[in-house]
Amino acid sequence: MAFGPYFLLATLEGLVTAAVLSLIALGLSLVFGVMRVVNVAHGEFYMLGAVLAWWVASLFGGHPAIGFMVALVLSPLVVAAIAFVAERLVLSRLKYEPEATIVATIGLLYIIQQLALTFYGPEARPVEAPFHYRMQLPWFGYSAYKLAVIGFSIIMMLATWFVLTRTKIGLVMRATQFDRETAQAFGIPVGRVYAGVFALGAGLAAVAAVLIVPIQQAHYLMGHDPLLLSFIVVIIGGLGSLRGTVLAAVLIGLSDGIISMFFSPTLAKMLATLAVAMILVFRPQGLFGAAAR
Amino acid sequence: MSENRKSLINLNSGLTRRSALKGLGAAAGLVAAPGFVRYGQAQSSEPIKIGFQCHRTGIGAAYGRWYERVTTAAAKRINDAGGINGRPLEIIIEDDGTDPKRGAEVVEKFANQHKVDLVYGTLFSHVVVGSAPAAGELKIPYYVVSEGYHVASGKMNRYCVQPGITDVKAQARSMAPWIAGNLGKKVTLVYPDYAFGHDHRDFFTPAIEAQGGQVVAKVPIPPTETSFTRYFPQIPRDTDVIYHVMVGPAVLTFVKEMGEFFGSGGPQLFGFIDSLEAVDIASPGLEFLEGSHFWEGMPRYAQSDQPDYVTAYREAVGIDENGASVNDAKDVSTAAHMFGCWETLNIIKASMEACDYKGPDDRAAMIEATEAMTEMEAGPDHPQGKKLFNGKIHQVFGEQSISQVKDGKLEVVHRTSIEDGAYEPEADYTAMSF
Repeated sequence: MAFGPYFLLATLEGLVTAAVLSLIALGLSLVFGVMRVVNVAHGEFYMLGAVLAWWVASLFGGHPAIGFMVALVLSPLVVAAIAFVAERLVLSRLKYEPEATIVATIGLLYIIQQLALTFYGPEARPVEAPFHYRMQLPWFGYSAYKLAVIGFSIIMMLATWFVLTRTKIGLVMRATQFDRETAQAFGIPVGRVYAGVFALGAGLAAVAAVLIVPIQQAHYLMGHDPLLLSFIVVIIGGLGSLRGTVLAAVLIGLSDGIISMFFSPTLAKMLATLAVAMILVFRPQGLFGAAAR
Repeated sequence: MSENRKSLINLNSGLTRRSALKGLGAAAGLVAAPGFVRYGQAQSSEPIKIGFQCHRTGIGAAYGRWYERVTTAAAKRINDAGGINGRPLEIIIEDDGTDPKRGAEVVEKFANQHKVDLVYGTLFSHVVVGSAPAAGELKIPYYVVSEGYHVASGKMNRYCVQPGITDVKAQARSMAPWIAGNLGKKVTLVYPDYAFGHDHRDFFTPAIEAQGGQVVAKVPIPPTETSFTRYFPQIPRDTDVIYHVMVGPAVLTFVKEMGEFFGSGGPQLFGFIDSLEAVDIASPGLEFLEGSHFWEGMPRYAQSDQPDYVTAYREAVGIDENGASVNDAKDVSTAAHMFGCWETLNIIKASMEACDYKGPDDRAAMIEATEAMTEMEAGPDHPQGKKLFNGKIHQVFGEQSISQVKDGKLEVVHRTSIEDGAYEPEADYTAMSF
């Protein structure tokens, strides 16, 4: 294949990765930004979103779009509810101590993963895409659904941005992020805000999972790779900086797509990890993160 | 404080001399009781224990599920017919997580805790390679159902046998003449980047060259990969045939993305059914496969001319005419591989009966009995077809099916002979010591 079409395909693939990755990493970054909690179980909320999507979609007959749309609404809500309960039962009782919450979320990771293995099983199960359309370009074909994933992911990110910057809920969240004690002094129910943010973060991961599950199948181990990649993204973008997270996701997604196509996927992962190391050495707060106050 | 401690000690020391004596007496009585006599007598009624190393979880889970069902059905059939040497067969299952390290641990657990007579049933080649040394050290027979060339290569040990399924070297060799004659001579290989895929690469390449063809590109893909489109541009434009074989939970994504990339106008496709095992060919997005060809160890779809013993086998393992579970049409089987479990258990039975197997002391004799086997006729014990076992390399040879997708179903269009896949042995296990 000539360079042009080759590059186009690499870019498209990279953008799909970036779209999904930015949703997952946005959730992770939000939780860290507001709560200062490193959520190691984030990848499992993503997996749970995919598994629930399969379950919801399999309940509906008829056109596959019906089951998919219901899953797109229900699955993130259920995952958010589970995250809410986990936050209230576990994290809030640990008083959000950084070391304790890391260990607790590692525990959560294994609990969710093994429950999925027990009740969902070890199989990879597909969810049917809401529509099948194959675009025939002169050099290769491409799935139109993948482009829809990019579009929907952009809408979701704009919605998150809108909630955070233009609504009262967002204001409360930002106030809590800026200074927890002052926010509390102004009567903001910090505990409930934390639970809400944790649920929102998990919900975003679940949305990403529902979008990806018609392309890849739901599997109980699918949370590993996205967790690793979103940590890379969040560290490069700056922990807690949403703008940085999205930019880093696009950067990592595109470079992953292009490098892995022209060279090898292993090299892409190596370079991403190297970038993390460099950022940690030379700019520990990340590209857009504010220095510690 | 000290009072408390005293009372605690008093509470705990409930064992008096009297009760200890009573307990000892009861234990002695139990040993003397009639129920325990059978342990002292001959082992004739004790079950023969087979440790089944099963991929219940991990990337081999779909295969594990069906290997387990077939094993259960085959064991039931053997037990219904009177067991082995009159002793019932007991299958003990341990999950190896499709992980080589765990695999070796499972073999040890079978030998030391469950005290099984032999270990059986592993599929994924990296787990076999990881577990075989443990079996050799523990001197426990290890009957695998794996396809890899590692057993036949002579690199395992005398306890490691593969009598129920053919290996990749024989499969690739028998496919090459048909591919060169019917599909084209310029072939691109797409394969998983680990032992099993490397076997395909290393044995198909010389085989197609012997037919006047050539491999124009090799595309290895990591077995844990979840996204495949990025690999397809490596396939050269002048490729006549894509020879694809993929494993793991993402096989459906692999085939789907191949369809999105090429549509129906791409090169000819020749796949090993591994790329679609446990996946419904009628899945949306797979329409482009219509007319393409697959290798099958044993046909997934019921064929119009199948013998009665195949029908009986399919009924026993619980698959319908589409090769899916009779209980759930979406639960598609791994029909092209799982027959190996059925046949291997029957060979274990035949070997144990040939050497009059009494217990673990006869393990070496049992291996020798298997090594002495040669021809196996097609029939209820060998529903996949007739086979020829080579005791020197512990590997069986058999016929292969080439099927074409017609109306969303696989129809056998060609069946290769045992000779098509035969090759010169490169090792001799029988010369090794036990």
